[in-house]
Amino acid sequence: MIRFLVNNDIVEINEARADLTLLQFIREHRKQTGTKEGCAAGDCGACTVVLAEPVITNDETKLHYRTVNSCITLMSAVHGKQLIFVEHLSDSKHLHPVQQALVEHYGSQCGFCTPGFIMSMFALYHSDSKPNRDDVLHALSGNLCRCTGYRPIIDATLAVCEHTPNDKFTAAQEKTLATLVSFESAAPTGTGNIHTPSSREELKALITAYPDAQLVAGSTDLSLQFTQQLKKVDTLISLTHVDALKQRTKSEHSIIFGAALPLSDVAPELLAAFPQVAELVTRFASLPIRNQATIGGNVANASPIGDMPPLLLALGATLHLDNGNEVRPLPISAFFTGYRETQLAQGEWISAIEIPLRQPNQTLAAYKISKRFEDDISAVCAVFNVTIENGKVEAISSGFGGVAATPITCSALESALVGKQFSSKECLNLGKQILFDAFAPIDDVRATAEYRKTVLANLWHRFWLEQQSVSKIETRVVQHA
Amino acid sequence: MRKLINTPFPATENTTQGVVHTSRKHESAERQVQGLANYVDDIIEPQGTLYAAVGLSQCARGTVNSINLDAVRASEGVVDVVTIDDVPGHKDIGPVFEGDPLLANGEIKFFGQPVFAVLATSVTLARQAALKGKIDVTEVAPVLSADEAHRQQTFVRPSHRFGQHSERVDDVIANANHQASGTLSIGGQEHMYLEGQVSLAIPDEEDRMKIYTSSQHPSEVQKLVAEVLDVKLHRVMVDMRRMGGGFGGKETQAAQWACIAALLASRNKCAVKLRLPRFTDMHVTGKRHPFENAFDVAFDNTGKIEATRMTINGICGHSPDLSDAIVDRAMFHVDNGYFLGNSDIVGHRLQTNMVSHTAYRGFGGPQGMIMAEAMMDKIARTIGSDPLSVRKRNLYGPTTGTTTPYGMAIEHNLLPEMITELEESAHYWQRREAISAFNRESPVIKKGLALTPVKFGISFTSKHLNQAGALVHIYTDGSIQVNHGGTEMGQGLHTKIAQIAANEFGVGLDMIEVTSTRTDKVPNTSPTAASSGTDMNGKAVQNACITLKARLAECFATSLDKEAKAEDVRFSSGYVILGEHRIGFAELVQKAYFARVSLSSSGFYKTPKLQYNRDTGEGRPFFYFAYGVSMSEVSIDTLTGEYTVDKVNVIHDVGNSLNPAIDIGQIEGAFIQGMGWLTTEDLKWSENGKLISENMATYKIPAIGDTPKEFNVKLFGRKNAEDSIYHSKAVGEPPFMLAISVWCALKDAISSLSGYTIDPQLDTPATPERVLNAVAAIQQADSRGGAV
Repeated sequence: MIRFLVNNDIVEINEARADLTLLQFIREHRKQTGTKEGCAAGDCGACTVVLAEPVITNDETKLHYRTVNSCITLMSAVHGKQLIFVEHLSDSKHLHPVQQALVEHYGSQCGFCTPGFIMSMFALYHSDSKPNRDDVLHALSGNLCRCTGYRPIIDATLAVCEHTPNDKFTAAQEKTLATLVSFESAAPTGTGNIHTPSSREELKALITAYPDAQLVAGSTDLSLQFTQQLKKVDTLISLTHVDALKQRTKSEHSIIFGAALPLSDVAPELLAAFPQVAELVTRFASLPIRNQATIGGNVANASPIGDMPPLLLALGATLHLDNGNEVRPLPISAFFTGYRETQLAQGEWISAIEIPLRQPNQTLAAYKISKRFEDDISAVCAVFNVTIENGKVEAISSGFGGVAATPITCSALESALVGKQFSSKECLNLGKQILFDAFAPIDDVRATAEYRKTVLANLWHRFWLEQQSVSKIETRVVQHA
Repeated sequence: MRKLINTPFPATENTTQGVVHTSRKHESAERQVQGLANYVDDIIEPQGTLYAAVGLSQCARGTVNSINLDAVRASEGVVDVVTIDDVPGHKDIGPVFEGDPLLANGEIKFFGQPVFAVLATSVTLARQAALKGKIDVTEVAPVLSADEAHRQQTFVRPSHRFGQHSERVDDVIANANHQASGTLSIGGQEHMYLEGQVSLAIPDEEDRMKIYTSSQHPSEVQKLVAEVLDVKLHRVMVDMRRMGGGFGGKETQAAQWACIAALLASRNKCAVKLRLPRFTDMHVTGKRHPFENAFDVAFDNTGKIEATRMTINGICGHSPDLSDAIVDRAMFHVDNGYFLGNSDIVGHRLQTNMVSHTAYRGFGGPQGMIMAEAMMDKIARTIGSDPLSVRKRNLYGPTTGTTTPYGMAIEHNLLPEMITELEESAHYWQRREAISAFNRESPVIKKGLALTPVKFGISFTSKHLNQAGALVHIYTDGSIQVNHGGTEMGQGLHTKIAQIAANEFGVGLDMIEVTSTRTDKVPNTSPTAASSGTDMNGKAVQNACITLKARLAECFATSLDKEAKAEDVRFSSGYVILGEHRIGFAELVQKAYFARVSLSSSGFYKTPKLQYNRDTGEGRPFFYFAYGVSMSEVSIDTLTGEYTVDKVNVIHDVGNSLNPAIDIGQIEGAFIQGMGWLTTEDLKWSENGKLISENMATYKIPAIGDTPKEFNVKLFGRKNAEDSIYHSKAVGEPPFMLAISVWCALKDAISSLSGYTIDPQLDTPATPERVLNAVAAIQQADSRGGAV
């Protein structure tokens, strides 16, 4: 059983197809058509809904409102949460403040993307901070509008978020929290076709019982197999409710992230430890995707164009691979064996990712190059992690995406540059040459091979320039600090 | 009716002064923000509705040997499968010329062409079944480029040519002080309406059919459905409330899905919904035409143009669709706002084995106009002048000329004044200085600036389409229902129409209801296209209102003393006023009803002054021109080719704006859409002709972060000199081309690397990769420039 709130109604689902999406549930089962399908792939945001869940911060339990793309969210994700969609916001007489703001700023034209924008605005309205323009852009980065050019939507969002949230949801917060907390007493049992283990032991048992069933976490990639390729699936095992996979531990030397933590939950601590990688984290897909997609999923997926693996490669992360009996550590550099192939054995899953903390003499930068800044897939992703001691290169670790069949490092860079004066032209030119020749990328819809090679070399140039202590020349058209 | 409503609604607005020419929210805004605005897929389905999907060809060209649909029929939930052989009536749905079979008719013409359609019990089952067809094709090498089309001389329509003193062009170019040539490859554009193509067909008694469709052209859907089903037009009714975006992509491209749904509905006697999934939509519907254009231009030492030769190559895809008119419009706009001197303009309609390219906001105009701006940049770099000076030097006017290459006299040219205003208010020259200073100090990031004008011709170039109809009803409570031939796709047409009707009757907007567009209310309508929606339908509605007002005025005057004259009656603030007499609008309506006065009227409008002789290439194809000027500032990264559009200033001419908020919305939205066309929206086909930018993950329209941080849009505020509706101007398409300033600014930034001596080759879309390549080309050509 999956139990959740649809607005204020308790809904229990005992049986459903494994691939039933939240959007299908809303439109086809609930017959509520305000939430739209624009792409069925998590790329446009017309289907955006909000999931509210209790979150404990500073000993206080509060409702945390998060956007997700309902078109690629599976029902296992909603257990224990409050599902809010566009029809829920207004009451019979009054528009919700975010709705009123969008009307007053002339922020809708054809209106098809509007419900999705409204929900993203609603979630931001309920966030604690008073957002600035950049915050608004990040919050709405997963919503495409083809009519307005966005300016009135930005203005409306800025205006309404000036105010402290005050709506029927804040008024009902205590009651909603109590209901959701009461759900926690019973673990979900799935829908017959999508299984929702809550412990390591249950997970192991399910994998044994259904050896062919795919594991699914955020479903932001897996769902495309159903919604785009129309593949049939009978059984899925969801990792969303396995507590052991959602732990966070920070020690003196490392941070360990549970593999099933969504990127939004990973981001604050990751950025606290490595503020230099903000560009990669804030440009990872869009906010609704980051709210669902997990750090472990982005690794296990083994896509050559995922943005977390290059970062984890450069940071020298270690994966914890679990089969229910024992956990074996594996450096991520040894994990990827071929195009979408990994060292994961049958019956094994990634339980956690351990990232060593940065040493004071390490210099780090992460770059993402794509056609569009928001919500795009990297043509090239590059992360450099260079240890410089007395001006000399002592070690280099790196990670790249979009240049090979797997996420990949470039050991030649280290072997060639160790011992060189970092600020030397030699270090610049040798690095560029090595990176230009390092890989044999392909031509595809995002970029040509030639561009990928050139840009990879030029990103070393950018890195080199940015780390020169003397010159402070501008090297980026957008700052993501 | 034996008894009327007791208390007619009083006027709710104290004054109706300002119901037009003021900002009013979109008529559906409150429903849209609550998810209560219904699109076709949201309509409550009739019992027993079944779902259709289409099976697509997997090659770009060939002869069909056989279509094996056994596995499709055997697929779970399948109820019916049809091919072209199952069409009872006309098999071709080409809008102007034949060439678009409803389903492949023996020949495959492009990769992804619909070959069969399947009906099943659910959307997913239909789509899964549609993947199971086996289409055996003897393949032929497809034509996939302009070069290849020229080599094989494949055209969808004959070429067209016009010019002024074209016989002198060769001589003038040969003898001029300066000559320059250039070519430009201009990418197409996916419409990416957020709501994909969808139709719901509901069979009615015997062979009658009702269609709900997301279409800019309900009358054409009606006609094509009737032809396909082999019934008379009066048996088919099409209802269109709103589209989730159109942009031209639902002008002809919506009909096929309505026809297929109707065919399946007719055969199976059940309601049928056909909604295309996004990737199918992107494969099977036409896009903005890619163009490959070239110019030769002669000019004097001041940059003044003396002669222009322009070759326009529209890549049309496999069929004519609307390409004849689209390439014509490209040709009509190669001058933009400039006098081209002696001119020779030729336009080719190349046939390729691609989806048939179609209408898209600007309708070829942008692909023509960008050539004028390419020439201006080229001239400026050749003579070492600022591009803005060259632009101003060549504007239509007394020192240049006032006749377009197609022989139309330019009257009421607003561009000199508008350019001056923007140049001053946005500080062009100061910013030019600042940018030069910045670029001197910044080796990696370079800034660019450009100010470009827009002059866009308003009217359908097919004269007969310049007509519109309306039907206005007044009910006995004083409420008014307005029907017209235009369709609402988000542009605010219905809002403006409601404002016009409210203004005419002197009542509040709450008294006006604009209904869905229905072919049984207003027949034989033109598509909502060519920016004409408000101009034409607004006038038609106004004419219907004038007829009704005359009847009401007559009724009122008759009820007063004999001196009272109907023509002195005024409608204002909810009252009908004659001298010292006045009566509430609703009260008069009830009086009129009892006096047996008709409270319903149609209205009609045809655009005046149009005459264009295509044989001679001379005449007046446009009622008037809409103007705009924009200035864009960009930053580029010479290491990666990434760029941002930092600051945009626009002054745009909408005449006497009917609704400034809606007009500004159109301008901003068009600008960003145009910017997408020229920057990140990159259509890619594989070597075998398959579209590979087939979804939103691989085809990138502007996202919210692409909105320029400073984005200032101002209306020029000059009344239209022509007698358009309340002297407003059309706004849908013209501002799209304001975005050409972004492309010119990118080139300006790249050109800075050469000390502004080289005009960089920058084909569109100017993706980061293209920008980096252009940077590299300049760095190779000119050792002075370049990054550190």
